[in-house]
Amino acid sequence: MSGFQRHRRSGRTIATFTGFEADLLRSLAGQLVELLRNEAAVPDDARDPFEALMDFSGPTSEPEDPVLARLFPSAYRDDDEAASEFRRFTEGSLRDGKAQAACLVIDTLEEAGLPPQLEEDGLMIDVELEPDVARTWMRSFTDVRLALATRLGVEDGDEEYWFALPDDDPRAQAHDIYDWVGYLQETLVESLSR
Amino acid sequence: MGAVATASPDVDSGLETTLEPDQVTVLATPWVTIVWNDPVNLMSYVSYVFQEHFGYSKKKAEKLMMEVHEEGKSVVSTGTREQMERDVQAMHEYGLWATLQKSE
Repeated sequence: MSGFQRHRRSGRTIATFTGFEADLLRSLAGQLVELLRNEAAVPDDARDPFEALMDFSGPTSEPEDPVLARLFPSAYRDDDEAASEFRRFTEGSLRDGKAQAACLVIDTLEEAGLPPQLEEDGLMIDVELEPDVARTWMRSFTDVRLALATRLGVEDGDEEYWFALPDDDPRAQAHDIYDWVGYLQETLVESLSR
Repeated sequence: MGAVATASPDVDSGLETTLEPDQVTVLATPWVTIVWNDPVNLMSYVSYVFQEHFGYSKKKAEKLMMEVHEEGKSVVSTGTREQMERDVQAMHEYGLWATLQKSE
């Protein structure tokens, strides 16, 4: 596993994943899409049903799920009304953008040969990303890392804690995946930097 | 806070003097975008985003990134409220934790 590299002649960002790795990335991106689309992006209120149907605007309150609250933080710290207005006009398109980015990761992996169900051993997946696709992957990897870190409760300077967990602790395994996506992200940024 | 005001209205009774267009803009637009530190985003990524979105030089982007990292936050842009809302939305697209407020 060597992460992403910039292919000098084509300017593309390239990487080779094992079938297992590609399948794992697909699964993480898929979970993100599900989360973004599941929790209804509308405020649950007790309005007249017709009125509610005719309101196409976005949500005004912070999402309850901590991952979504991190992905869509309040834009104003000391002004709830302005924060609600900002959310109403931005959260819908931010959600769509993040879901589309994660879908692009999935589509790219499948176009590169990842089958719907991973069965065969020894499968290798080569991806070649045009710069704009690589940038979309980079944003989506950020979202995946924010989601994993929020679920795990990652904090600054807590590496020792994770390192000390027994190998069979599911949180240690999840943290390993978080670290791995971080490594991929680092090489992805490097491949795009001038 | 180590604010990086790109320009500050260095005018005391200055309204009598002829204001340059830049000064007029600054006086009318005291809003800032602040990026806050988080334990997840990579330093290289944050610096990349500042270059990519704001068009800052690598040096300036890294300076702002280090401020976020070491001081917990940094003012990354200054302008009208509408411009700052667009910047904050863009930062949220990139997964950075950003807010806007009136310049202090």
